[in-house]
Order: sequence, then structure tokens, then C-alpha cells
Amino acid sequence: MAAVRRFEHAMKRSEELRTVSDARRSALMVAAQAGDRAAYEKLLRDCMPFIVALARRQGVPADRAGDVVQEVLLTLHRARATYDPRRSFDAWLRVIVERRAIDVLRRVRRHGAREVHAPVAYQSRADETVDLSAGIEHEERVQRVGAALAQLPRRQREAVRALMLDEKSLDEAAVLTGRSKGSLKVSLHRALSALRLKMDRGD
Amino acid sequence: MDNSHDHLISALAADLRPVRRLAPPMLRALSWLAIVAVIAAALAVFADLAAMWHRIAATPDMTLAVLGSIATAVTAVLAAFELSLPDRSRAWALLPLPALALWLFASGLGCLRSYVLPDTHVAAPSETRDCLVFIVGLSVPLSAALIVMLRRAYTLTPALTATMAGLAAAAAAATLLNFFHPYDAAATDLAVHALAVSLVVAGSWLAGSRALQNSFVQGVTRGTSGPN
Repeated sequence: MAAVRRFEHAMKRSEELRTVSDARRSALMVAAQAGDRAAYEKLLRDCMPFIVALARRQGVPADRAGDVVQEVLLTLHRARATYDPRRSFDAWLRVIVERRAIDVLRRVRRHGAREVHAPVAYQSRADETVDLSAGIEHEERVQRVGAALAQLPRRQREAVRALMLDEKSLDEAAVLTGRSKGSLKVSLHRALSALRLKMDRGD
Repeated sequence: MDNSHDHLISALAADLRPVRRLAPPMLRALSWLAIVAVIAAALAVFADLAAMWHRIAATPDMTLAVLGSIATAVTAVLAAFELSLPDRSRAWALLPLPALALWLFASGLGCLRSYVLPDTHVAAPSETRDCLVFIVGLSVPLSAALIVMLRRAYTLTPALTATMAGLAAAAAAATLLNFFHPYDAAATDLAVHALAVSLVVAGSWLAGSRALQNSFVQGVTRGTSGPN
């Protein structure tokens, strides 16, 4: 019997708490209707857990509860003139959440009917834009360029490596090699001419 | 997710302007009925009121039909204003149904009378066309005014609300038609009335639901567009 009484007491107490929080939200909403931004922000933040809990109870998946929160906040904003302080704020909000949750659920279902979740099929799908022979050809060309490069005189090779392969600026390359910028430019020019000749001949 | 909500809450707070609370739906419905009453008073100047009273009083089915159409207009407009609030039950849409049933039933009785009393003055085709034009022509401004008033609220059931608005406007127009309707009810005539009312309700449903739509996409653009 004591347990029953304790339970009843707890129920009554939670009801009292609810009406207290309801009255508080109602007062905040009245202030928001009058244009009080601080009260409005406080109210919206205060409502968020309530909206999420209600939406989840309606069967909205956890990753879609955010959509419901967003829609409800926007609805609350647009409809704020329709709130009548003589009525319960929580009841007003609850109906809005339920309606918006139904909208979101309907959208989720429509989405689900159109799309399938198939990660393996997605990952194993062939990419038609890839040319399989391109990789081999590229490899061959790299080897030929490398061979041609190796046959160049040391100073020309040095200029190509610093300016083309390592993508250094002329100033940096001059410091690194200890040569003048003019000398590097001449070497690069000669190297590129020699390489072009070798590649065109195909050896 | 929380960040975006923080952003949204700040945006909404920045967009906050003081709003005037809407009057209770009953009062708002009365203000629309007042518009109808003003139009009725203006039309009454041109109408042969004595003949109208005589015609309605002489036939009980006409009396019932007029009462039915008035009751339909009153209950439908109340239902529309209730439904324009986001937290009201959709069951409000059932409110005008008994009155609508009375209206249809009494009008149907009128059809029977033309068989029982073959001596009645039945409206000619050109006259029935006038009825159609009158009901539709008067309903358009009435339902447009109602939709404008309803847009101040924020319905979550736009199609239902717009349908109620159309029904209210059509019933009001059909009631006012009695001022200029020196014919006894006949099947063709009533069919035309039914057609006119259906046209108005369908038109209001089509145009009004779009005008009252508060869908998510619109809500986003409206809610976050502003001075921010």
C-alpha cells in the first residue's frame, strides 16, 4: 500500500512539475509574442529535448529527429501568433510535433521506397570511365623518360630535376645547386631540346 | 546537428517581431459573417422581400433548405477558422456535415414537389444559368476574403481548411440567391445549384490549399529570410 501511495505521490508530483514547466513555457511564449528575443531563444532551446522525445515516440528514426526539430521550430516561428495563452503551451506544441513527425515519416518512407541500401553492389560496381590500358602506357612512358634523362649530361640532369621534377623556383634551384639562374635556364633549355629529340626518335 | 539548430534558433530569434495574437476562431468567424451580412443588406435593397418571405414561408421544404444553407455557412466558416490553427483537431471538419445534410435533404424534397404539383413555375435554362453565375460570382470574392483572413493564421491542414472555406462561401452565396429566385425548386434548378456549390468548393480546394500551404520548403525560405 505504501508503494502505491508513493507511486501516486510521484505521479502527482510529476504532473505538478509538468504544469509548472508548461506555465513557464507559456509565459516565455507570451514574451516572445511581444517581441522578447531572449525569452524566445530560451523557449526554443527549452523545447528541443521535448520535440526530440516526442518525435522518437512517434517512431521517427534517431537520424531524422533533427529534421523534425527543424520543421517544428520553423512552424512554431511562423505560427507564433496563433498561440493562445489561455491554453496549454505543451499541448499546442505537441500537436505541431505530431503533425510534423508524420510529414517527416512520410518523406522517409517515400525515400526508402525509391532507394535501396546495397553497399557491396555500390563498391563492386565497375567504373566505366577508367581505361585499363592507360596505366600500362603511362608506366612505359615514365620508363622511357627516365632512361632518356639518365643519358643527359650531369648539369642538364641537375637542372631538370630541380626545376621540373622537384618543382623548385629558379631562385631556390640556384641556391640548392650553387649555380647561377642563367646557367640553370640554359641547361634546362638544352635538356628539354635533347629529351624531345630522344622521345621523338623513340629510343 | 546541434550546431545547425543553434544557427537556426539564432536566426529565428533575430527574425522575431512582435505579433498580435489572433482573436478566438468564433470572433473571427463572426467578422466574416458580418461581411456577408453587409452584402446581404446591400442586395436586400434590390430584392422583393415580401415575395421572398411569402415564398419561403409557404413551403416548409424551402424554409428548411434556407435554414440548412445558413447553418452550413455558419458552421463551415467556424470550422475553417478552427482548422486554421495548428493545434486544432481535424474533427472540426465534421461540424458542418449535419447542416449540409439538412440543406441537401430539404432541397431534395423540393425536387419531389415538382412531380406532386405539376403547376409550379420551373426555371427556364437561361434562368438557371443566371443562378450558376450568381452563386459562383458571389462565392469568389467571399471565399477570397475568407482565404485572406485564414492566411493570418497557420494551418497544418491546408486542403481541409480551404475546402471548409469554399463550403462556407458557397452556402452563403446560395442563401443570398433566395433574394432573386422567384422560382419553385425543381430538379434541374437544384442540380444547377449543386453544380455551382461543387464548383466553388472544388475551386477553393484547388486554389485555397495552395494559398494556405505552409509546407516545409516554404517555411525554410520564409523562416530564415529576413534581415539576417
